[in-house]
Amino acid sequence: MSTAAEAAGREREAPYEGPLLDVRDLHVEFVTRDGVARAVNGVDYSVRAGETLAVLGESGSGKSVTAQAIMGILDTPPARIPRGEIRFRGRDMLKMGKDERRRIRGRRIAMIFQDALSALNPVLSVGFQLGEMFRAHQGASRAEARAKAVELMDRVRIPAAKQRVNDYPHQFSGGMRQRIMIAMALALEPDLIIADEPTTALDVTVQAQVMDLLAELQAEYHMGLILITHDLGVVADVADKIAVMYAGRIVETAPVHDLYARPAHPYTRGLLDSIPRLDQKGQELYAIKGLPPNLLRIPPGCAFNPRCPRAQAVCRGEVPELYPVAEDDGRPLEGRGSACFFWKETLHDR
Amino acid sequence: MPDIHDEGPYEPRPKPGVSRLDYAGEQGMAVEQETLVERDVEKREEARSLWGDAWRDLRRRPIFLVSAVLILLLVVMAVLPWAFTDADPRRADLVHDYLRRPDWGDFFGAGWFGYDAQGRSIFARVVYGARASITVGVFVTAAVTVLGGLTGMVAGYFGGAVDAVISRIIDIFFGIPLLLGSLVLLNAFSTRTVWSVVIALGVLGWTQIARVMRGAVLTVKQSDYVVAGRALGAGTGRLMFRHILPNAIAPVIVVATIALGGYIATEATLSFLGIGLQDPTISWGIDISSAQKVIRTAPYVLFFPAAALSVTVLAFIMLGDAVRDALDPKLR
Amino acid sequence: MTVEGTTPNGATALGAAVPQEAAFAQEVPRGEPILEVRDLVKHFPLTEGVLFRRQVGAVKAVDGVSFQLEKGETLGIVGESGCGKSTLAKVLMNLEQATGGSVRYKGEEISRLSGSALKAVRRNIQMVFQDPYTSLNPRMTVGDIIGEPFEIHPEVAPKGDRRRAVQDLLDVVGLNPEYINRYPHQFSGGQRQRIGIARGLALKPEVIICDEPVSALDVSVQAQVINLLEQLQGEFDLSYMFIAHDLSIVRHISDRVGVMYLGKLVEIGSDLEIYDHATHPYTQALLSAVPVPDPAARESRDRIVLTGDVPSPANPPSGCRFRTRCWKARDRCAEEVPLLASPSWLRGAAFHASACHFAAERETGQGAAEREGTA
Ligand SMILES: Nc1ncnc2c1ncn2[C@@H]1O[C@H](COP(=O)(O)OP(=O)(O)OP(=O)(O)O)[C@@H](O)[C@H]1O
Ligand SMILES: Nc1ncnc2c1ncn2[C@@H]1O[C@H](COP(=O)(O)OP(=O)(O)OP(=O)(O)O)[C@@H](O)[C@H]1O
Ligand code: SF4
Ligand code: SF4
Ligand SMILES: [Mg+2]
Ligand SMILES: [Mg+2]
Repeated sequence: MSTAAEAAGREREAPYEGPLLDVRDLHVEFVTRDGVARAVNGVDYSVRAGETLAVLGESGSGKSVTAQAIMGILDTPPARIPRGEIRFRGRDMLKMGKDERRRIRGRRIAMIFQDALSALNPVLSVGFQLGEMFRAHQGASRAEARAKAVELMDRVRIPAAKQRVNDYPHQFSGGMRQRIMIAMALALEPDLIIADEPTTALDVTVQAQVMDLLAELQAEYHMGLILITHDLGVVADVADKIAVMYAGRIVETAPVHDLYARPAHPYTRGLLDSIPRLDQKGQELYAIKGLPPNLLRIPPGCAFNPRCPRAQAVCRGEVPELYPVAEDDGRPLEGRGSACFFWKETLHDR
Repeated sequence: MPDIHDEGPYEPRPKPGVSRLDYAGEQGMAVEQETLVERDVEKREEARSLWGDAWRDLRRRPIFLVSAVLILLLVVMAVLPWAFTDADPRRADLVHDYLRRPDWGDFFGAGWFGYDAQGRSIFARVVYGARASITVGVFVTAAVTVLGGLTGMVAGYFGGAVDAVISRIIDIFFGIPLLLGSLVLLNAFSTRTVWSVVIALGVLGWTQIARVMRGAVLTVKQSDYVVAGRALGAGTGRLMFRHILPNAIAPVIVVATIALGGYIATEATLSFLGIGLQDPTISWGIDISSAQKVIRTAPYVLFFPAAALSVTVLAFIMLGDAVRDALDPKLR
Repeated sequence: MTVEGTTPNGATALGAAVPQEAAFAQEVPRGEPILEVRDLVKHFPLTEGVLFRRQVGAVKAVDGVSFQLEKGETLGIVGESGCGKSTLAKVLMNLEQATGGSVRYKGEEISRLSGSALKAVRRNIQMVFQDPYTSLNPRMTVGDIIGEPFEIHPEVAPKGDRRRAVQDLLDVVGLNPEYINRYPHQFSGGQRQRIGIARGLALKPEVIICDEPVSALDVSVQAQVINLLEQLQGEFDLSYMFIAHDLSIVRHISDRVGVMYLGKLVEIGSDLEIYDHATHPYTQALLSAVPVPDPAARESRDRIVLTGDVPSPANPPSGCRFRTRCWKARDRCAEEVPLLASPSWLRGAAFHASACHFAAERETGQGAAEREGTA
């Protein structure tokens, strides 16, 4: 692994001012036996270097599919991308050739998967799997690869890395395996890391270790980070800005502080209200009623309308776009947007 | 249940009499209405079960219908061959009918498929051969599935010493090639009938199913729903037959239906090697083997029994596929 | 809320090691204990060899756990992954045979029961499983799944009434009774968990052991399930043992909380005591690591990040099991096993026991920060 100076050198050789990743109007569909499942219906988000974007949303809202589309690891068919742009450093990856995309994947954009045990090959030693990255992408020799593997394991704080480099995945605990996955993602010093629920399988103490490590390394390498999760606590801890997804669309975007304090979309509000609070002890928790929509038949108008406490006739007829959110006096709120006709009222709810 | 959500002022109240969870058709979304409303218990549907649902589903599957009709036809042919043809499959007329070509006009007649090297009606032999081949295929498969399925299930379910012993036995049997083993076994019979072939193949074949079953049971046994069954106080029988079997049977069905074709083919090979069924018995296998001698001059002698064999095997594989899919509620 | 006593484990065997300042808590008989667990041990043998297996050690999944559960109360159990929570639940359900210790249900020793006696007890202790996706048989209809308890225990509902009983249960958990002929895969995660709860309720048990019933669900669905559990508790006077690793949920639902580490209970007490006055270093670390859904709190938080990994339960450290990761560890911790006892200086009234030689509340006011954070 190169030193920080070298990393900085690379940073200089390819300066990029705009957003590292800019997703525009992305649509993804799955052709299934029962019809076309519209999993992603116009997602827009962007991440800059050094920034952490958290993508929130309930299970099935299309968070992972969006990430997979960015990585270019969706199986087509059944998936297809009828519309949209995924700009990486200003260039649309959907228009790139296969080879060019492959060069970006892993080297410039890396992904950390949720299930570390199944993402690691059980019959190969951890050191070998880490070293393989260098051998494949940089033509390193066996000995070099091994040395780099040890260095990486050190970096993600695996104790006694030298002794453990030849151990197999099952010999590590869940948290350590997740750290090894992080090491793998970091191996080639990517510009952007997509972490898909990196800690959902872990308990709080290990989760804290992993998230701290991720944040630290991100700062060190000045990487962009997309953190996919449905844990509002984790998000509050590490994110800079948040995108909330519902039924394949971004329904709200906001800087982290604003979102928790003043959500501008009824769905976000419902999510925040569902968190058990101390003063609610012995009372019922708030729960968003109803079920997430069937992607084969997304309700017309605002997809949230059958579950929305605020829904009006207009919500059933028209699809709200992502409106910019502003204060009452018209001062725009930096980075905020809400896909609700009644964002103003929602903003004032609390 | 009381109204557990603090509903906002904009909440559209559900119409009374609407069931709690109703599919809001036009909106295309299941809305769970938590409010307590009258529910219509009158709309009593029959209680359904996996097997009932599977049967209901099967009847709608074209694959199942096609394969079922074919199999029914074959079974009737095996039981009542004379209903299909007047010709005598054993009548050899070397003077007139030696290797005569198929006569398509002779519909369902003796000469329809032509005559073999001994001047016997191929159509009649295909019809009469069904009995031996289907008997071997169906009975070996049935025996093997019951025997192998049960041992595999017992081994997988009880584990420990029981499993160790059964697994070793399976290993020993599994080492013996089906063909070679049955050659040796059949040699022990002085007169070989269809049933001796069934016994020989059954004795050697059960291990394949047992292995598959054991593996499937081992996986299913770990499932939470089996543990949940135990937590309810369910006994061994219920756990095995209600919880484990329906979830472990899919691979067994696939393997068994594919193996069925294999057994018919093995019988054919054994007959070809002169160790399976003997001549007065009529079987596709015997005919396929004897057709080899004239394959250059009269390929149709081989074609018809071979085609009958293929269709039979295909029909059973299709049936197996359809049944397996029908037993999986997710595929309905 | 009941604040109950627990007998410290291993008191006689390790009597000599009892620290001076520790006064064992009095067993305060309040309410009736429905489940009494004493020195419960479950070791999984580690074997070697293919043909002749010999034992080379044991995974000490549960190693001396004592507590009791009162009627109508909720006992939360928290702890790191692999600390033995599920094993504890399974031993309580008699799904695993205990290696030692006793589990008494209304005074009756259940680990020795078998056959019909066991079946009778099972009627009264039921379990809700962690994963709503794997705990329902995919090839049974919802009616069959919820009706199965009645088939196993025919005395609960006469044959003719079963369908009716199943529909009533669906109604109780907030599912449409018409869904009786559907299969599990046709439901969402939260709805499936409701089916699992309906199955657990079918026999009208007195105790329900919930093994991480909401861990697999997202917040809004989680809230639905928690509401349902609380409402049912009120309705049927159920006792819950609620296992989870999400501390905020445990806090919401529990009357008392037990913290487990590596097969042992390290701290137990009323929810207030545990959350605001934790005295065991592990509990303090656990609490400090809980992500608080409030970005404003993130700078002010004072988090204890534990170093190192959980030691293997097959070979736990001597003395205090937490000492390899404890920042307060001293020589004594390696030599003496700290007992679950309440130091005399602890608040007199509230029962609260901690298995640490140097039990003390955290100085830094972490409890206060926590409170501000979630409030
Ligand atoms: N191969 C596929 N065929 C059909 N539908 C699919 C396929 N893959 C994903 N989907 C659907 O796309 C939707 C979005 O899935 P996705 O995995 O992105 O959800 P998610 O937001 O990541 O949820 P979770 O929090 O559970 O991971 C889901 O409803 C899923 O059923
Ligand atoms: N059947 C078994 N054989 C051997 N070891 C086992 C067995 N079941 C559990 N263990 C071990 O016992 C320990 C406790 O496991 P348990 O499942 O009780 O943990 P847990 O606290 O429920 O963890 P989680 O939060 O991950 O569910 C673990 O180290 C586990 O590996
Ligand atoms: S647009 Fe209407 S239905 Fe959608 S979130 Fe806003 S108020 Fe609710
Ligand atoms: S007994 Fe010692 S090692 Fe254990 S928790 Fe207390 S201070 Fe830490
Ligand atoms: Mg996902
Ligand atoms: Mg567990």
